[in-house]
Amino acid sequence: MTGGDAIVRLESISRAFGAVVALDQVSLEVERGEIFGIIGKSGAGKSTLIRTINGLERIDSGRIIVDGSDFSALDEAGLNRVRRKVGMIFQHFNLLSMKTVFENVALPLKLAGQPRAARASAVWQLLDMVGLRDKADVYPAKLSGGQKQRVGIARALAGKPALLLSDEATSALDPETTLSILQLLKELKGRLGVTIVLITHEMSVIREICDRVAVLDEGHIIEQGAVWEVFGHPRTALTRRLLRAVRPPLPDSLVQSLHQQPVAGGRCLVRAEGAGADHYAAVLALLASDPGWQTDIVHAEVDRVGGHAVGSVTFSIRYREEPLRSLLATAAGQAIGLEVLGYVGG
Amino acid sequence: MSADDIELFTTALAETGIMVGVSGMLSLALGLPLGVLLVITDEDGVWRRPLLNRVLGTVINAFRSTPFIILLVALIPFTRLIVGTTIGTTAAIVPLAIAATPYYARVAEMSLREVDRGLLEALRALGATRWQIIREALLPEALPGLVSGFTVTLVTLIGASAMAGAVGAGGLGDLAIRYGYQRFETDIMVGVIIVLIVIVSGVQIGGDLLARRLNRRL
Repeated sequence: MTGGDAIVRLESISRAFGAVVALDQVSLEVERGEIFGIIGKSGAGKSTLIRTINGLERIDSGRIIVDGSDFSALDEAGLNRVRRKVGMIFQHFNLLSMKTVFENVALPLKLAGQPRAARASAVWQLLDMVGLRDKADVYPAKLSGGQKQRVGIARALAGKPALLLSDEATSALDPETTLSILQLLKELKGRLGVTIVLITHEMSVIREICDRVAVLDEGHIIEQGAVWEVFGHPRTALTRRLLRAVRPPLPDSLVQSLHQQPVAGGRCLVRAEGAGADHYAAVLALLASDPGWQTDIVHAEVDRVGGHAVGSVTFSIRYREEPLRSLLATAAGQAIGLEVLGYVGG
Repeated sequence: MSADDIELFTTALAETGIMVGVSGMLSLALGLPLGVLLVITDEDGVWRRPLLNRVLGTVINAFRSTPFIILLVALIPFTRLIVGTTIGTTAAIVPLAIAATPYYARVAEMSLREVDRGLLEALRALGATRWQIIREALLPEALPGLVSGFTVTLVTLIGASAMAGAVGAGGLGDLAIRYGYQRFETDIMVGVIIVLIVIVSGVQIGGDLLARRLNRRL
């Protein structure tokens, strides 16, 4: 694993609820200053996993080290000290309905024993940061979902945490609000240098703000790495399935019209897939060098993830047995991922 | 209605007021902590103590299932121990408070259970101690329900105080029994009923209003 400056280190942690194994020997490291995403279906153990990082969930075995504190050596009071340095935001915001926005944001400072006068300036600063200064005296019931989450974020950051945990923070929000919240998180990471660990079931969230991602399935981490790598080269069926939302597959109508064998005088569909700086340029150069291919693009989904072009482009080319063989050989020689999907009539 | 009758009413009203007021305050002061204890010591509470929770629940149920008129008599030795007398308004306050405390404990428990568990988790995530969770989240969030519950408790106490005549405590109920029923003075009976309706309505309306004003979720 990475040997850098890890703020969170989980060493083969396990947790079972009766006969149900929620986490099974999960190990991961989160580097200081990155946004680390954990994705999985519901019931994969994501919630349990993120709650171990601030000790809300205890573990049966393994080791948790957060910001230098080994949880096994801490009692409840010690865990509370760690929690004050780890912010958390929630899917359903979890704001106190009987306290104003201002009081909600001030709460962590109050809990930490800061005198009232000292709290005010910090709270105003936080409210400015999330753009809610004018809502200070409003009760949460009067806020929209996005505003509630902004309050949640301000509250989570009040204790100046080095680490922010996000538990499906955008899952109850509409797509537009989701984007604005994700933008805010990214901005805060840049401005405050806070490390963020988030769980989600949406690949779009991972694509939008995460640097690295881990895919959790039935309590196991089945894949992890830089987001662009996992997006470009998903290694498991589940990851591919989760990616469908952000990487649209070939339309069914096209798939159904594909033949396994070449059709005389027909065409051939080849797909270039992968991640890398010059990947698609190389494919285009190969196909353009021979006008006989009569190249056409039938499907494409290429996105920039973490500075890399990630996705696939499907070309339709005229079927010619010998040139096709040599094209594939050349591509393989240049380490370009090019595969024949099937054949269609002319 | 004669001047004597008016005096009967004002005296009875004052006695009822004292009985209900003092026992109400006592049941609030004792019942609320018990309600909190019932919630936090539960399986998924912030201070898990299953054994304590069961014992507490059983004791509260025992008091709740004893009819008040029996409690009134059964508690006579205890009442003497506490207030030094077993008759009169003061003596009635003891059994009234003891009956209302477990009642309010259960009512408060219900309101406290309604508090969103997510809020308690958020407080834990902020590093709140148990006491801070109770003070900053559990009690304030349940406040409107706690007020409504206390209103119901007061109304129940007004009803129960009518039986306190059995230990010579006086009050409106006693007035209705002795004059209205035993001496066939129907106008007194009707008068008592009207006064009770007014008081109960007043308490209920006032309580509802307060609970609404306190509720920030609306």
